[in-house]
Amino acid sequence: MARTIIKSENFNAYFGKNHVVKNVNIEIPRNNVVAVMGPSGCGKTTYLRCINRMHELIEGASSSGKMLLNNEDVYDMHPIFTRLKIGMVFQRPNPFPNLSIFENVIAGYTLNGIKMPKSEKEKIVEDSLTKSALWKEVKDSLHKKGTFLSGGQQQRLCIARAIAMRPEVLLLDEPTSALDPISTSSIEELLHELKNNFTLIIVTHNMQQAARVSDKTAFFYMGELVEYEDTKLMFTNPKDSRTQNYITGRFG
Amino acid sequence: MWEFVLMQLNKSHNSLINFDKDIAREIVVIEKRVNSLELKIDRDCENFFALYTPVAIDLRFVLAVLKINSNLERIGDIAEGVAKHILSTESNFSPELLKETRLLEMYEEAIAILELTLTSFEKEDTLLARNVFKKDDLLDEINYAANENILRYLKTHPEDIDHALYALSIIRKLERVGDQSKNIAEEIIFYLEAKVLKHSSKSKKGFKE
Repeated sequence: MARTIIKSENFNAYFGKNHVVKNVNIEIPRNNVVAVMGPSGCGKTTYLRCINRMHELIEGASSSGKMLLNNEDVYDMHPIFTRLKIGMVFQRPNPFPNLSIFENVIAGYTLNGIKMPKSEKEKIVEDSLTKSALWKEVKDSLHKKGTFLSGGQQQRLCIARAIAMRPEVLLLDEPTSALDPISTSSIEELLHELKNNFTLIIVTHNMQQAARVSDKTAFFYMGELVEYEDTKLMFTNPKDSRTQNYITGRFG
Repeated sequence: MWEFVLMQLNKSHNSLINFDKDIAREIVVIEKRVNSLELKIDRDCENFFALYTPVAIDLRFVLAVLKINSNLERIGDIAEGVAKHILSTESNFSPELLKETRLLEMYEEAIAILELTLTSFEKEDTLLARNVFKKDDLLDEINYAANENILRYLKTHPEDIDHALYALSIIRKLERVGDQSKNIAEEIIFYLEAKVLKHSSKSKKGFKE
């Protein structure tokens, strides 16, 4: 298996005439955690949403350049297939409020009309909840509504729902910004576990979080990819002065 | 790192007693490992600061490790210095000189102090660390008396001036081992109790047990 899983070549994204991601070239290695950071409006979330073709769902949005998943351009695939391979978790936990925990985890299959025997469903639910470190807490209340859970648990439920489809890549858009420090640290621990099976790309505002959880960090500024480096190097000796100013808080 | 430096100190003691130049050469080789370990620990600390922004006891721990690291490296240098003395002398130190200057006694004490700092760090025991201050007094005393002792020896053995000077220099070095160990003990107390003992008088360092 090739080491690089996601590769962008001269990738650009636009909202109408607004050029928000400018000529990004990046290679993301398999089974790594890559953090994407930068000030608000720097294009990091847009870039993330381009990876699984969520960007094009917005009216007037467009993109150019190549976005390769295992050397195949995701823009040549069916978008549904892309999103099967590249799961996503959002800033606010968004379990389906009318579905139970069990149904939430399996929702990807149900909504795609994939039918399977009950035993297999159970296996997938248990497996996904175990991987997202939620199984022990919810195994006796699988048929309660997902919205009864705490924020941190809901977020882990969303991660379980995303990994139930067995994607290769998991995109996380500020997955802990709506959570308290304890839930945050349990999610961060989870990321460490998950990288054995998935490649994780996490957008975060929290620099310390990027430092703690990631192997590599990408710094975006005004739509440009300023620096993309091993996290250790990025936080001890950044090459670009803009990166230095941003991580030391001297920006502005 | 600690173990390596202790090993250096022990070996330099051995090489002094047995006038063994092979051991002395070994010490010089170990010094290279110690130096590279110092760099590695420094780098690890730097990464730890950068990636985990430690606070409270974690912060004090890394700060202490950083300083203990450089203290240990200096003790390593001292052992290497002794080894180089041994490599450059032609013949063994006379038993009389060793006895007169209390050099071996001092050596054993220096090793014991360094061992004590290591145990107190491993056991996170500040009481043990405080004992280091007490033990260092003996080293200071021998060092203080050294000039006189050496003079007395030279009056009876004026021909042995080379050895006497080397012995004096080793005593000065061992006194530094005591000081470095004291610094290490201060760092251990700083890390565990958040108390700064640097530059404070002995009574404040608190010997009450």
